[in-house]
Amino acid sequence: MSLLTLSLSELQARFRADETTPAEAIAALDARISDVEPRVQALLYRDTEAALALAQAADVSKPLGGLPICIKDVINRQGDPCTCGSRILEPYRAPYHATVVQRLLDAGAIPFTRANMDEFAMGSSTENSAYQVTKNPWDLDRIPGGSSGGSAAAVSALEAYAALGTDTGGSIRQPAALCGVVGLKPSYGRVSRFGLTAYASSLDQIGPFARTVRDCALLLNVLAGRDSHDSTSLDQPVPDYTAPLGRDLKGIRLGIPKEYFVDGMDPRVKERVEAAIKHYESLGAEIVEVSLPHTEFAIAVYYIIATAEASSNLARFDGVRYGHRAEAPKDLMDHYLRTREEGFGSEVKRRIILGTYVLSSGYYDAYYLRAQKVRTLIRQDFLAAFGKVDALVCPTSPDVAFKIGERTDDPLKMYLADIFTIAANLAGICGISVPCGFVEESGKKLPVGLQLLGPAFGEEKLLQIADAYETSTPWSKEFAPL
Amino acid sequence: MSSPDLDVRYVANLARIALTDEEVATFQGQLGRILEHVAQLEKVDVTGVDPTAYANPVFNVFRADEPHESLPKAAALANAPRQANGLFSVTKVVE
Repeated sequence: MSLLTLSLSELQARFRADETTPAEAIAALDARISDVEPRVQALLYRDTEAALALAQAADVSKPLGGLPICIKDVINRQGDPCTCGSRILEPYRAPYHATVVQRLLDAGAIPFTRANMDEFAMGSSTENSAYQVTKNPWDLDRIPGGSSGGSAAAVSALEAYAALGTDTGGSIRQPAALCGVVGLKPSYGRVSRFGLTAYASSLDQIGPFARTVRDCALLLNVLAGRDSHDSTSLDQPVPDYTAPLGRDLKGIRLGIPKEYFVDGMDPRVKERVEAAIKHYESLGAEIVEVSLPHTEFAIAVYYIIATAEASSNLARFDGVRYGHRAEAPKDLMDHYLRTREEGFGSEVKRRIILGTYVLSSGYYDAYYLRAQKVRTLIRQDFLAAFGKVDALVCPTSPDVAFKIGERTDDPLKMYLADIFTIAANLAGICGISVPCGFVEESGKKLPVGLQLLGPAFGEEKLLQIADAYETSTPWSKEFAPL
Repeated sequence: MSSPDLDVRYVANLARIALTDEEVATFQGQLGRILEHVAQLEKVDVTGVDPTAYANPVFNVFRADEPHESLPKAAALANAPRQANGLFSVTKVVE
């Protein structure tokens, strides 16, 4: 147990001091997974033998030498499955490495286990996985958040030290908040998307989950940077993201967006976040109120743009080159119709249909083009706010984790809970969720997440500000009672 | 912009997804409510506002036009549900 509760950085220090080995860390995780996974169901794939082989050869002097990392099942690693939580990719094996996987391997890390997710990253609860429903380690009757619910639950349940996830509308930050771990969504273009199965290409971004902000910085050092395989990855310098950690917050201005403290949010969440803001004041940060006036339109914009892009991206699942194919089609139309009917789950069908509709002739201007224009206004809101402050502080989610099955019949209600995370993706900025306390319900502690948002390519300062909070509060040192 | 004319079965057909009658009925109601929510965008004045396709856009990204290794044929075909003679096998298109 003592080995399992270490942070990634602490584990690295033990490797380098010869106090433990990568093989021992893999073995400890493997035993832990066998113990808790029947209850948590965070993982879709585990190849302990392959991980141990990499562990034997690990060079712990490398930036991530010997460190095991769980991968969301939407990021390709050559030879492994990559189901995207969908039946349509059940038979698929990745033919190549995603750039982020190649970078992890080059840095000496050991990809170990693949995490459950909402099908094609569409969802906020991981209930849309075609394979299993992941449980929140803090209360097994509740959802872990989504779509990267498996990644968050695995780190929270001590089945992983760190994990990769993806964030299209909050899919890293929201599950991190609900599971009590740290989750970073880098700026759009900071991390290569090559080898990530696309959901909404103008919004998707890969990022890390870990127990501490420092660990996220350590991972971002390796993940970030231009990639010739992804033309949207930007050619911006990659600083050492761990360098500013530990600096004080003198002169830092934090903005409180008034639109992010709305009626209808859980008052206990609001109280925890307000306490965190007070804590920032005591650390020397200056707090100012700011306004993001187009916030109320973000969900409407998102569900037009994301579904439009999804309807186009998921056209590739045609039963010809990979994945499921319907048996004995009578003609090509029947081949497509049944392959996709059998392969996709409800939420994916719902979003593809919505996306097809908003792009269809006669509706394009009213929906898609208008949504793109409102997106501009949302982005300008953030640019104006970051002219006055270094980062924004707000809740990650308006609620704590809800009960499994509670919202599955009402997709709109599920979508509305993404209100605080979605705008960051539309604006292309970076964001992080750090634990900021608990709400007690029926004798269970349920984590609350504090969200910090920073300007595009402002990860250095964002991580510094998040680290100052995390290292001066006790929350990330608490573990789910499994 | 509200959409009494969303014909779920027609649009699903455009997207090449077969639906059961039950799914059509469920989606019709659910998507109707989502489109009602989306209709609030009509309230926003977008006069003179340019659309955003990418939040941090880049233009004219080129790489050097040099030959390099690509995915080997066997690897590209490895996931094909059906293949023949080193090619993807496709359901018959013409009579």
